Amino acid sequence: MKHRAAEIHAWLLLLPALVLLALFTHWPAVETFIDSLHSTPRGRRAAAFVGLDNYRQMLEDPVFRQAVVNNLWYALGTIPTSIALALLMAIWVNDRIAGRTVLRMAYFTPTVLPMIAVANIWLFFYTPQYGLLEQVLGLFGAPTRNWLGSTDTALACVTLVAIWKEAGFFMIFYLAALQQIPPTLAEAAALEGTPRWTFFRRVQFPLLMPTTLFVLVNAVINAFRTVDHIVVMTRGGPDNASTLLLYYIYQVGFSFWDTTYAATLTIVMLSALAIVALGQYFLLDRRIHYR
Amino acid sequence: MSTATGAYEPRGAARLAETTGAWLLAVLWILPLVYAAWAAFHAPEFSARFSPSAPWTLENFVRAWQAAPFARYFLNTFVLVTLTLACQFLLCTLAAYAFTRYRFVGREVVFALVLAQLMIMPDVLIVENYRTMSWLGILDSIPAIALPYVASAFGIFLLRQTFKTVPKELEDAARIEGASDLQILVKVYVPLARPIYVAYGLVSVSFHWNNFLWPLIVTNSVEARPLTVGLQVFASTDQGIDWSIICAATLMTSAPLLLAFLLFQRQFIQSFLRAGIR
Repeated sequence: MKHRAAEIHAWLLLLPALVLLALFTHWPAVETFIDSLHSTPRGRRAAAFVGLDNYRQMLEDPVFRQAVVNNLWYALGTIPTSIALALLMAIWVNDRIAGRTVLRMAYFTPTVLPMIAVANIWLFFYTPQYGLLEQVLGLFGAPTRNWLGSTDTALACVTLVAIWKEAGFFMIFYLAALQQIPPTLAEAAALEGTPRWTFFRRVQFPLLMPTTLFVLVNAVINAFRTVDHIVVMTRGGPDNASTLLLYYIYQVGFSFWDTTYAATLTIVMLSALAIVALGQYFLLDRRIHYR
Repeated sequence: MSTATGAYEPRGAARLAETTGAWLLAVLWILPLVYAAWAAFHAPEFSARFSPSAPWTLENFVRAWQAAPFARYFLNTFVLVTLTLACQFLLCTLAAYAFTRYRFVGREVVFALVLAQLMIMPDVLIVENYRTMSWLGILDSIPAIALPYVASAFGIFLLRQTFKTVPKELEDAARIEGASDLQILVKVYVPLARPIYVAYGLVSVSFHWNNFLWPLIVTNSVEARPLTVGLQVFASTDQGIDWSIICAATLMTSAPLLLAFLLFQRQFIQSFLRAGIR
Protein backbone atom coordinates (compact mmCIF):
# COMPACT_ATOMS: atom_id res chain seq x y z
CA MET A 1 0.00 0.00 0.00
CA LYS A 2 2.83 2.34 0.91
CA HIS A 3 4.49 1.57 -2.39
CA ARG A 4 1.30 2.47 -4.24
CA ALA A 5 1.16 5.84 -2.51
CA ALA A 6 4.76 6.60 -3.42
CA GLU A 7 4.09 5.75 -7.04
CA ILE A 8 1.11 8.10 -7.18
CA HIS A 9 3.25 10.72 -5.51
CA ALA A 10 5.90 10.41 -8.22
CA TRP A 11 3.38 10.78 -11.04
CA LEU A 12 1.89 13.85 -9.37
CA LEU A 13 5.34 15.43 -9.20
CA LEU A 14 5.89 14.68 -12.88
CA LEU A 15 2.43 15.72 -14.02
CA PRO A 16 2.95 19.44 -14.74
CA ALA A 17 6.16 18.87 -16.70
CA LEU A 18 4.71 15.93 -18.61
CA VAL A 19 1.54 17.80 -19.57
CA LEU A 20 3.55 20.68 -21.00
CA LEU A 21 5.99 18.38 -22.76
CA ALA A 22 3.14 16.46 -24.31
CA LEU A 23 1.40 19.64 -25.38
CA PHE A 24 4.43 21.45 -26.82
CA THR A 25 6.85 18.70 -27.82
CA HIS A 26 5.36 15.25 -28.33
CA TRP A 27 1.98 16.10 -29.74
CA PRO A 28 3.29 18.81 -32.12
CA ALA A 29 5.92 16.38 -33.40
CA VAL A 30 3.28 13.75 -34.16
CA GLU A 31 0.92 16.36 -35.58
CA THR A 32 3.69 17.71 -37.82
CA PHE A 33 4.00 14.27 -39.36
CA ILE A 34 0.23 13.86 -39.81
CA ASP A 35 0.00 17.34 -41.32
CA SER A 36 2.74 16.62 -43.77
CA LEU A 37 0.50 13.94 -45.30
CA HIS A 38 -2.38 16.37 -45.85
CA SER A 39 -3.10 19.36 -48.03
CA THR A 40 -3.39 22.84 -46.55
CA PRO A 41 -7.05 23.86 -46.05
CA ARG A 42 -7.79 26.97 -48.12
CA GLY A 43 -11.04 28.88 -47.92
CA ARG A 44 -13.89 26.40 -48.17
CA ARG A 45 -11.63 23.55 -49.24
CA ALA A 46 -10.89 21.37 -46.22
CA ALA A 47 -7.61 19.55 -45.65
CA ALA A 48 -7.45 16.28 -47.57
CA PHE A 49 -5.19 13.28 -47.22
CA VAL A 50 -2.62 13.49 -50.00
CA GLY A 51 -0.13 10.82 -49.00
CA LEU A 52 3.40 11.74 -49.97
CA ASP A 53 2.43 14.55 -52.35
CA ASN A 54 3.97 17.22 -50.14
CA TYR A 55 7.24 15.31 -50.05
CA ARG A 56 7.17 14.96 -53.84
CA GLN A 57 6.51 18.67 -54.18
CA MET A 58 9.36 19.34 -51.79
CA LEU A 59 11.89 17.33 -53.78
CA GLU A 60 10.97 19.32 -56.87
CA ASP A 61 10.99 22.66 -55.08
CA PRO A 62 14.11 24.59 -56.18
CA VAL A 63 13.94 26.86 -53.13
CA PHE A 64 13.94 23.86 -50.79
CA ARG A 65 16.97 22.44 -52.56
CA GLN A 66 18.73 25.73 -52.34
CA ALA A 67 17.88 26.07 -48.64
CA VAL A 68 19.38 22.63 -47.98
CA VAL A 69 22.50 23.38 -50.02
CA ASN A 70 22.86 26.78 -48.35
CA ASN A 71 22.41 25.23 -44.93
CA LEU A 72 25.08 22.65 -45.65
CA TRP A 73 27.52 25.33 -46.84
CA TYR A 74 26.59 27.41 -43.83
CA ALA A 75 27.27 24.44 -41.52
CA LEU A 76 30.52 23.70 -43.30
CA GLY A 77 31.52 27.35 -43.00
CA THR A 78 30.60 27.85 -39.36
CA ILE A 79 31.36 24.57 -37.60
CA PRO A 80 35.05 23.84 -38.37
CA THR A 81 36.01 27.52 -38.35
CA SER A 82 34.40 28.38 -35.04
CA ILE A 83 35.75 25.22 -33.39
CA ALA A 84 39.29 25.86 -34.67
CA LEU A 85 39.13 29.50 -33.62
CA ALA A 86 37.74 28.53 -30.23
CA LEU A 87 40.62 26.11 -29.70
CA LEU A 88 43.18 28.70 -30.77
CA MET A 89 41.65 31.32 -28.48
CA ALA A 90 41.60 28.88 -25.57
CA ILE A 91 45.24 27.93 -26.05
CA TRP A 92 46.27 31.57 -26.23
CA VAL A 93 44.24 32.62 -23.23
CA ASN A 94 45.53 29.61 -21.30
CA ASP A 95 49.13 30.79 -21.70
CA ARG A 96 50.40 33.50 -19.42
CA ILE A 97 50.40 36.23 -22.04
CA ALA A 98 49.93 39.90 -21.25
CA GLY A 99 46.33 40.94 -20.59
CA ARG A 100 44.74 37.55 -20.95
CA THR A 101 41.72 38.54 -18.85
CA VAL A 102 40.98 41.33 -21.30
CA LEU A 103 41.55 38.99 -24.23
CA ARG A 104 39.17 36.42 -22.81
CA MET A 105 36.54 39.09 -22.34
CA ALA A 106 36.99 40.38 -25.89
CA TYR A 107 36.53 36.89 -27.31
CA PHE A 108 33.56 36.04 -25.11
CA THR A 109 31.54 39.26 -25.27
CA PRO A 110 29.76 38.57 -28.60
CA THR A 111 28.27 35.47 -26.97
CA VAL A 112 26.33 37.50 -24.41
CA LEU A 113 24.68 39.79 -26.96
CA PRO A 114 21.34 38.87 -28.49
CA MET A 115 21.78 37.52 -32.02
CA ILE A 116 19.34 40.17 -33.16
CA ALA A 117 21.56 42.95 -31.78
CA VAL A 118 24.62 41.32 -33.30
CA ALA A 119 22.88 41.19 -36.66
CA ASN A 120 22.01 44.88 -36.50
CA ILE A 121 25.59 45.79 -35.68
CA TRP A 122 26.91 43.71 -38.58
CA LEU A 123 24.27 45.08 -40.91
CA PHE A 124 25.77 48.48 -40.25
CA PHE A 125 29.28 47.03 -40.64
CA TYR A 126 28.42 45.66 -44.11
CA THR A 127 26.53 48.75 -45.35
CA PRO A 128 27.64 49.68 -48.89
CA GLN A 129 29.91 52.75 -49.11
CA TYR A 130 29.13 53.85 -45.59
CA GLY A 131 29.98 50.79 -43.46
CA LEU A 132 33.30 50.08 -41.78
CA LEU A 133 34.13 47.16 -44.07
CA GLU A 134 33.75 49.33 -47.15
CA GLN A 135 35.73 52.16 -45.59
CA VAL A 136 38.64 49.88 -44.70
CA LEU A 137 38.61 48.20 -48.10
CA GLY A 138 38.32 51.64 -49.69
CA LEU A 139 41.66 52.57 -48.12
CA PHE A 140 43.23 49.79 -50.17
CA GLY A 141 41.45 51.01 -53.27
CA ALA A 142 39.00 48.08 -53.50
CA PRO A 143 35.85 48.82 -55.52
CA THR A 144 32.68 49.18 -53.42
CA ARG A 145 30.16 46.40 -53.46
CA ASN A 146 26.90 45.48 -51.83
CA TRP A 147 28.03 42.61 -49.60
CA LEU A 148 24.60 41.52 -48.39
CA GLY A 149 22.84 42.37 -51.62
CA SER A 150 24.89 40.15 -53.86
CA THR A 151 24.21 36.45 -54.40
CA ASP A 152 27.96 35.72 -54.31
CA THR A 153 28.64 37.11 -50.87
CA ALA A 154 25.39 37.15 -48.84
CA LEU A 155 25.74 33.63 -47.46
CA ALA A 156 29.41 34.13 -46.60
CA CYS A 157 28.50 37.34 -44.76
CA VAL A 158 25.92 35.69 -42.51
CA THR A 159 28.28 32.75 -41.95
CA LEU A 160 30.93 35.13 -40.68
CA VAL A 161 28.47 36.66 -38.22
CA ALA A 162 27.66 33.21 -36.80
CA ILE A 163 31.36 32.40 -36.38
CA TRP A 164 31.91 35.70 -34.62
CA LYS A 165 29.07 35.03 -32.23
CA GLU A 166 29.91 31.38 -31.49
CA ALA A 167 33.68 31.01 -31.27
CA GLY A 168 34.04 32.73 -27.90
CA PHE A 169 31.34 30.55 -26.42
CA PHE A 170 33.09 27.34 -27.43
CA MET A 171 36.37 28.80 -26.20
CA ILE A 172 35.32 28.62 -22.56
CA PHE A 173 34.70 24.87 -22.80
CA TYR A 174 38.14 24.31 -24.29
CA LEU A 175 39.71 26.59 -21.73
CA ALA A 176 38.15 24.67 -18.86
CA ALA A 177 39.27 21.37 -20.39
CA LEU A 178 42.82 22.62 -20.97
CA GLN A 179 43.08 23.60 -17.34
CA GLN A 180 42.15 20.08 -16.31
CA ILE A 181 45.09 18.50 -18.11
CA PRO A 182 47.70 17.71 -15.43
CA PRO A 183 50.82 19.91 -15.80
CA THR A 184 53.02 16.85 -15.22
CA LEU A 185 52.17 15.68 -18.74
CA ALA A 186 53.66 18.83 -20.24
CA GLU A 187 56.71 18.59 -18.00
CA ALA A 188 57.35 14.97 -18.92
CA ALA A 189 56.92 15.66 -22.64
CA ALA A 190 59.19 18.68 -22.48
CA LEU A 191 61.89 16.62 -20.71
CA GLU A 192 61.79 14.17 -23.58
CA GLY A 193 62.26 17.06 -25.96
CA THR A 194 58.87 16.74 -27.65
CA PRO A 195 58.17 19.73 -29.91
CA ARG A 196 55.12 21.79 -28.92
CA TRP A 197 53.18 20.87 -32.03
CA THR A 198 53.69 17.16 -31.38
CA PHE A 199 52.67 17.63 -27.76
CA PHE A 200 49.49 19.35 -28.93
CA ARG A 201 48.73 16.73 -31.57
CA ARG A 202 49.53 13.64 -29.52
CA VAL A 203 48.59 14.71 -25.99
CA GLN A 204 46.44 17.82 -25.71
CA PHE A 205 44.17 17.31 -28.69
CA PRO A 206 43.25 13.68 -27.85
CA LEU A 207 42.57 14.67 -24.24
CA LEU A 208 40.30 17.45 -25.49
CA MET A 209 38.24 15.03 -27.57
CA PRO A 210 35.21 14.89 -25.21
CA THR A 211 35.09 18.69 -25.31
CA THR A 212 35.41 18.70 -29.08
CA LEU A 213 32.50 16.28 -29.32
CA PHE A 214 30.36 18.38 -27.02
CA VAL A 215 31.18 21.56 -28.91
CA LEU A 216 30.71 19.86 -32.26
CA VAL A 217 27.22 18.65 -31.44
CA ASN A 218 26.21 22.08 -30.27
CA ALA A 219 27.73 23.74 -33.31
CA VAL A 220 25.79 21.41 -35.61
CA ILE A 221 22.52 22.06 -33.77
CA ASN A 222 23.14 25.82 -33.87
CA ALA A 223 23.81 25.68 -37.60
CA PHE A 224 20.26 24.44 -38.06
CA ARG A 225 18.27 26.25 -35.44
CA THR A 226 19.59 29.83 -35.43
CA VAL A 227 18.18 32.05 -38.15
CA ASP A 228 17.65 35.33 -36.25
CA HIS A 229 20.41 37.04 -38.21
CA ILE A 230 18.87 35.95 -41.51
CA VAL A 231 15.62 37.67 -40.58
CA VAL A 232 17.45 40.91 -39.84
CA MET A 233 20.21 40.95 -42.42
CA THR A 234 19.00 39.40 -45.65
CA ARG A 235 15.52 37.90 -45.28
CA GLY A 236 16.91 34.92 -47.12
CA GLY A 237 17.79 37.04 -50.13
CA PRO A 238 18.94 38.07 -52.58
CA ASP A 239 17.17 35.49 -54.71
CA ASN A 240 17.21 32.95 -51.82
CA ALA A 241 21.01 33.03 -51.75
CA SER A 242 21.05 33.06 -47.94
CA THR A 243 17.88 31.09 -47.15
CA LEU A 244 18.47 28.45 -44.47
CA LEU A 245 16.12 25.57 -43.76
CA LEU A 246 14.48 26.98 -40.63
CA TYR A 247 14.11 30.36 -42.27
CA TYR A 248 12.36 28.71 -45.20
CA ILE A 249 10.03 26.91 -42.77
CA TYR A 250 9.25 30.26 -41.19
CA GLN A 251 8.61 31.81 -44.60
CA VAL A 252 6.39 29.00 -45.84
CA GLY A 253 4.50 28.79 -42.55
CA PHE A 254 4.00 32.47 -41.77
CA SER A 255 4.33 34.38 -45.05
CA PHE A 256 2.73 31.93 -47.45
CA TRP A 257 0.60 30.27 -44.72
CA ASP A 258 1.09 26.88 -46.38
CA THR A 259 1.06 25.03 -43.06
CA THR A 260 1.19 21.47 -44.31
CA TYR A 261 4.13 22.18 -46.60
CA ALA A 262 5.84 23.88 -43.66
CA ALA A 263 5.12 20.71 -41.66
CA THR A 264 6.77 18.63 -44.39
CA LEU A 265 9.86 20.84 -44.21
CA THR A 266 9.82 20.56 -40.41
CA ILE A 267 9.97 16.76 -40.74
CA VAL A 268 13.18 17.15 -42.76
CA MET A 269 14.56 19.41 -40.07
CA LEU A 270 13.61 16.99 -37.28
CA SER A 271 15.21 14.13 -39.20
CA ALA A 272 18.42 16.12 -39.51
CA LEU A 273 18.43 16.77 -35.77
CA ALA A 274 17.66 13.11 -35.08
CA ILE A 275 20.62 12.05 -37.20
CA VAL A 276 22.85 14.39 -35.23
CA ALA A 277 21.58 12.95 -31.95
CA LEU A 278 21.95 9.34 -33.06
CA GLY A 279 25.36 10.03 -34.55
CA GLN A 280 26.46 11.51 -31.28
CA TYR A 281 25.13 8.56 -29.35
CA PHE A 282 26.30 5.63 -31.44
CA LEU A 283 29.36 6.73 -33.36
CA LEU A 284 31.29 9.39 -31.60
CA ASP A 285 30.63 8.58 -27.96
CA ARG A 286 32.23 5.16 -28.23
CA ARG A 287 35.41 6.21 -29.96
CA ILE A 288 36.38 8.88 -27.56
CA HIS A 289 38.71 8.50 -24.68
CA TYR A 290 37.14 9.66 -21.44
CA ARG A 291 39.20 10.28 -18.39
CA MET B 1 43.59 29.69 -12.51
CA SER B 2 46.85 27.93 -13.21
CA THR B 3 48.16 27.14 -16.63
CA ALA B 4 48.58 23.55 -17.60
CA THR B 5 51.12 24.00 -20.36
CA GLY B 6 53.79 25.59 -18.18
CA ALA B 7 56.61 23.69 -19.83
CA TYR B 8 55.36 24.77 -23.25
CA GLU B 9 54.89 28.45 -22.48
CA PRO B 10 56.36 30.16 -25.55
CA ARG B 11 59.50 32.19 -24.99
CA GLY B 12 61.27 35.00 -26.82
CA ALA B 13 60.16 35.57 -30.40
CA ALA B 14 57.51 32.85 -30.22
CA ARG B 15 55.97 34.55 -27.24
CA LEU B 16 55.95 37.91 -28.98
CA ALA B 17 54.28 36.35 -32.02
CA GLU B 18 51.65 34.67 -29.87
CA THR B 19 50.89 37.81 -27.89
CA THR B 20 50.62 39.87 -31.07
CA GLY B 21 48.37 37.30 -32.70
CA ALA B 22 46.10 37.07 -29.67
CA TRP B 23 45.76 40.84 -29.43
CA LEU B 24 45.16 41.27 -33.15
CA LEU B 25 42.36 38.74 -33.03
CA ALA B 26 40.90 40.41 -29.94
CA VAL B 27 40.90 43.82 -31.64
CA LEU B 28 39.31 42.30 -34.72
CA TRP B 29 36.75 40.59 -32.50
CA ILE B 30 35.73 43.66 -30.59
CA LEU B 31 35.88 46.01 -33.59
CA PRO B 32 32.24 45.70 -34.74
CA LEU B 33 31.11 46.46 -31.20
CA VAL B 34 33.38 49.46 -30.81
CA TYR B 35 32.17 50.69 -34.17
CA ALA B 36 28.53 50.41 -33.07
CA ALA B 37 29.34 52.18 -29.81
CA TRP B 38 31.06 54.99 -31.72
CA ALA B 39 28.00 55.50 -33.89
CA ALA B 40 25.68 55.37 -30.89
CA PHE B 41 27.56 58.01 -28.92
CA HIS B 42 28.08 60.50 -31.76
CA ALA B 43 25.85 62.71 -33.86
CA PRO B 44 24.67 61.09 -37.13
CA GLU B 45 27.10 63.10 -39.27
CA PHE B 46 29.99 61.38 -37.48
CA SER B 47 28.51 57.88 -37.49
CA ALA B 48 30.82 56.77 -40.26
CA ARG B 49 33.49 59.46 -39.98
CA PHE B 50 36.13 58.97 -37.37
CA SER B 51 37.61 62.09 -35.96
CA PRO B 52 39.01 62.50 -32.46
CA SER B 53 37.36 65.89 -32.19
CA ALA B 54 33.85 64.55 -32.78
CA PRO B 55 31.69 65.55 -29.79
CA TRP B 56 30.21 62.78 -27.65
CA THR B 57 26.47 62.79 -27.14
CA LEU B 58 23.62 60.83 -25.56
CA GLU B 59 21.14 62.36 -27.98
CA ASN B 60 20.74 59.11 -29.97
CA PHE B 61 19.68 57.18 -26.88
CA VAL B 62 17.15 59.84 -25.97
CA ARG B 63 15.73 59.83 -29.49
CA ALA B 64 15.58 56.03 -29.64
CA TRP B 65 13.90 55.85 -26.25
CA GLN B 66 11.26 58.35 -27.37
CA ALA B 67 10.73 56.86 -30.81
CA ALA B 68 9.51 53.47 -29.63
CA PRO B 69 7.95 52.08 -26.43
CA PHE B 70 11.22 50.63 -25.16
CA ALA B 71 10.16 51.00 -21.53
CA ARG B 72 7.28 48.66 -22.22
CA TYR B 73 9.55 46.25 -24.13
CA PHE B 74 11.96 46.16 -21.18
CA LEU B 75 9.08 45.42 -18.85
CA ASN B 76 7.80 42.65 -21.15
CA THR B 77 11.21 41.02 -21.39
CA PHE B 78 11.64 41.28 -17.64
CA VAL B 79 8.27 39.65 -17.02
CA LEU B 80 9.04 37.02 -19.66
CA VAL B 81 12.40 35.92 -18.26
CA THR B 82 11.14 35.98 -14.66
CA LEU B 83 8.00 34.02 -15.45
CA THR B 84 9.91 31.50 -17.53
CA LEU B 85 12.61 30.99 -14.94
CA ALA B 86 10.19 30.68 -12.01
CA CYS B 87 8.10 28.09 -13.82
CA GLN B 88 11.19 26.22 -15.05
CA PHE B 89 12.59 26.03 -11.52
CA LEU B 90 9.33 24.74 -10.11
CA LEU B 91 8.51 22.18 -12.81
CA CYS B 92 12.04 20.92 -13.33
CA THR B 93 12.66 20.57 -9.60
CA LEU B 94 9.52 18.50 -9.08
CA ALA B 95 10.19 16.31 -12.09
CA ALA B 96 13.87 15.81 -11.30
CA TYR B 97 12.95 14.86 -7.74
CA ALA B 98 10.47 12.29 -9.01
CA PHE B 99 13.14 10.75 -11.25
CA THR B 100 15.75 10.66 -8.49
CA ARG B 101 13.80 9.68 -5.42
CA TYR B 102 11.00 7.42 -6.63
CA ARG B 103 10.82 4.04 -8.27
CA PHE B 104 7.80 3.56 -10.48
CA VAL B 105 6.78 1.50 -13.45
CA GLY B 106 7.95 3.09 -16.70
CA ARG B 107 10.46 5.48 -15.16
CA GLU B 108 13.09 4.90 -17.83
CA VAL B 109 10.58 5.30 -20.64
CA VAL B 110 9.23 8.54 -19.23
CA PHE B 111 12.75 9.86 -18.77
CA ALA B 112 13.56 9.04 -22.40
CA LEU B 113 10.37 10.86 -23.44
CA VAL B 114 11.56 13.90 -21.50
CA LEU B 115 14.99 13.78 -23.12
CA ALA B 116 13.34 13.69 -26.55
CA GLN B 117 12.91 17.44 -26.16
CA LEU B 118 16.67 17.89 -26.46
CA MET B 119 16.27 16.74 -30.04
CA ILE B 120 12.76 17.95 -30.87
CA MET B 121 13.39 21.52 -29.83
CA PRO B 122 10.65 24.14 -29.40
CA ASP B 123 12.65 26.40 -31.73
CA VAL B 124 11.83 24.09 -34.62
CA LEU B 125 8.16 23.31 -33.92
CA ILE B 126 7.05 26.84 -34.67
CA VAL B 127 4.16 26.04 -37.00
CA GLU B 128 2.38 23.54 -34.73
CA ASN B 129 3.05 25.46 -31.55
CA TYR B 130 1.58 28.57 -33.13
CA ARG B 131 -1.56 26.61 -33.89
CA THR B 132 -1.71 25.29 -30.31
CA MET B 133 -1.42 28.83 -28.93
CA SER B 134 -4.19 29.99 -31.21
CA TRP B 135 -6.34 27.04 -30.07
CA LEU B 136 -5.66 27.98 -26.44
CA GLY B 137 -6.62 31.56 -27.30
CA ILE B 138 -3.43 33.05 -25.92
CA LEU B 139 -1.72 34.31 -29.09
CA ASP B 140 0.08 37.60 -28.63
CA SER B 141 0.70 37.20 -24.90
CA ILE B 142 3.76 36.71 -22.74
CA PRO B 143 2.73 33.24 -21.46
CA ALA B 144 2.51 32.12 -25.09
CA ILE B 145 6.20 33.00 -25.55
CA ALA B 146 7.19 31.17 -22.37
CA LEU B 147 5.03 28.02 -22.44
CA PRO B 148 6.92 25.81 -24.93
CA TYR B 149 10.14 26.33 -22.96
CA VAL B 150 8.83 25.89 -19.42
CA ALA B 151 9.10 22.10 -19.14
CA SER B 152 12.78 22.10 -19.97
CA ALA B 153 14.28 18.67 -20.57
CA PHE B 154 17.65 20.22 -20.06
CA GLY B 155 16.70 21.61 -16.65
CA ILE B 156 15.22 18.29 -15.57
CA PHE B 157 18.32 16.43 -16.72
CA LEU B 158 20.70 18.84 -15.01
CA LEU B 159 18.84 18.82 -11.71
CA ARG B 160 18.45 15.05 -11.75
CA GLN B 161 22.21 14.67 -12.17
CA THR B 162 22.72 16.98 -9.21
CA PHE B 163 20.07 15.42 -6.97
CA LYS B 164 21.67 12.04 -7.55
CA THR B 165 24.82 13.21 -5.78
CA VAL B 166 22.96 14.10 -2.58
CA PRO B 167 24.12 11.67 0.13
CA LYS B 168 21.45 9.25 1.31
CA GLU B 169 22.46 9.85 4.94
CA LEU B 170 21.28 13.45 4.83
CA GLU B 171 17.92 12.34 3.59
CA ASP B 172 17.63 9.59 6.21
CA ALA B 173 18.50 12.05 8.96
CA ALA B 174 15.75 14.38 7.81
CA ARG B 175 13.32 11.48 7.61
CA ILE B 176 14.07 10.42 11.18
CA GLU B 177 13.22 13.92 12.27
CA GLY B 178 9.84 13.39 10.66
CA ALA B 179 10.24 15.40 7.45
CA SER B 180 7.84 14.57 4.60
CA ASP B 181 8.99 13.96 1.04
CA LEU B 182 8.31 17.52 -0.02
CA GLN B 183 10.04 18.90 3.05
CA ILE B 184 13.09 16.79 2.23
CA LEU B 185 13.08 18.23 -1.27
CA VAL B 186 12.88 21.80 -0.03
CA LYS B 187 15.18 21.49 3.00
CA VAL B 188 17.82 19.03 1.74
CA TYR B 189 17.93 18.73 -2.05
CA VAL B 190 17.26 22.28 -3.20
CA PRO B 191 19.82 23.99 -0.92
CA LEU B 192 22.52 21.51 -1.92
CA ALA B 193 21.85 22.15 -5.61
CA ARG B 194 22.12 25.93 -5.29
CA PRO B 195 25.12 26.41 -7.61
CA ILE B 196 23.30 24.47 -10.31
CA TYR B 197 20.22 26.64 -9.91
CA VAL B 198 22.36 29.74 -10.30
CA ALA B 199 24.07 28.32 -13.36
CA TYR B 200 20.86 27.16 -14.98
CA GLY B 201 19.20 30.47 -14.09
CA LEU B 202 21.87 32.57 -15.78
CA VAL B 203 21.80 30.42 -18.88
CA SER B 204 18.02 30.47 -19.05
CA VAL B 205 17.80 34.23 -18.52
CA SER B 206 20.32 34.95 -21.24
CA PHE B 207 18.64 32.52 -23.61
CA HIS B 208 15.18 34.02 -23.15
CA TRP B 209 16.42 37.59 -23.06
CA ASN B 210 17.98 36.95 -26.48
CA ASN B 211 15.37 34.66 -28.01
CA PHE B 212 13.83 36.09 -31.15
CA LEU B 213 12.15 33.91 -33.76
CA TRP B 214 9.40 32.38 -31.62
CA PRO B 215 8.47 35.68 -29.91
CA LEU B 216 8.44 37.32 -33.34
CA ILE B 217 5.92 34.75 -34.51
CA VAL B 218 3.53 34.71 -31.53
CA THR B 219 3.41 38.42 -30.70
CA ASN B 220 2.19 41.37 -32.68
CA SER B 221 1.42 44.08 -30.18
CA VAL B 222 3.44 46.44 -28.02
CA GLU B 223 1.88 44.87 -24.90
CA ALA B 224 3.44 41.45 -25.50
CA ARG B 225 6.56 42.08 -27.57
CA PRO B 226 9.89 41.44 -25.86
CA LEU B 227 12.90 43.69 -26.44
CA THR B 228 14.42 41.66 -29.25
CA VAL B 229 11.26 41.81 -31.34
CA GLY B 230 10.71 45.45 -30.38
CA LEU B 231 14.21 46.27 -31.56
CA GLN B 232 13.63 44.52 -34.86
CA VAL B 233 10.31 46.32 -35.46
CA PHE B 234 11.98 49.59 -34.57
CA ALA B 235 15.07 49.07 -36.71
CA SER B 236 13.28 47.78 -39.78
CA THR B 237 10.27 50.04 -40.04
CA ASP B 238 10.36 53.17 -37.94
CA GLN B 239 13.78 54.50 -38.70
CA GLY B 240 14.67 54.29 -42.35
CA ILE B 241 18.43 54.05 -42.07
CA ASP B 242 19.48 56.36 -39.30
CA TRP B 243 22.35 54.21 -38.08
CA SER B 244 23.28 56.22 -35.05
CA ILE B 245 19.84 55.81 -33.54
CA ILE B 246 19.66 52.12 -34.48
CA CYS B 247 23.04 51.49 -32.89
CA ALA B 248 21.91 53.34 -29.78
CA ALA B 249 18.78 51.19 -29.56
CA THR B 250 20.80 48.04 -30.16
CA LEU B 251 23.26 48.82 -27.38
CA MET B 252 20.46 49.86 -25.09
CA THR B 253 18.62 46.57 -25.47
CA SER B 254 21.76 44.51 -24.89
CA ALA B 255 23.05 46.72 -22.07
CA PRO B 256 21.56 44.94 -19.03
CA LEU B 257 22.98 41.55 -19.99
CA LEU B 258 26.26 43.04 -21.15
CA LEU B 259 26.69 44.98 -17.89
CA ALA B 260 25.76 41.95 -15.83
CA PHE B 261 28.32 39.96 -17.77
CA LEU B 262 31.09 42.52 -17.33
CA LEU B 263 30.39 42.73 -13.59
CA PHE B 264 29.99 39.00 -12.93
CA GLN B 265 32.26 37.59 -15.62
CA ARG B 266 33.51 34.69 -13.59
CA GLN B 267 30.04 33.59 -12.48
CA PHE B 268 28.76 33.85 -16.04
CA ILE B 269 31.55 31.74 -17.47
CA GLN B 270 31.30 29.23 -14.62
CA SER B 271 27.56 28.97 -15.16
CA PHE B 272 27.83 28.40 -18.87
CA LEU B 273 30.40 25.72 -18.15
CA ARG B 274 28.27 24.06 -15.50
CA ALA B 275 25.10 24.13 -17.46
CA GLY B 276 26.68 23.38 -20.80
CA ILE B 277 24.23 25.07 -23.06
CA ARG B 278 20.68 26.41 -23.56
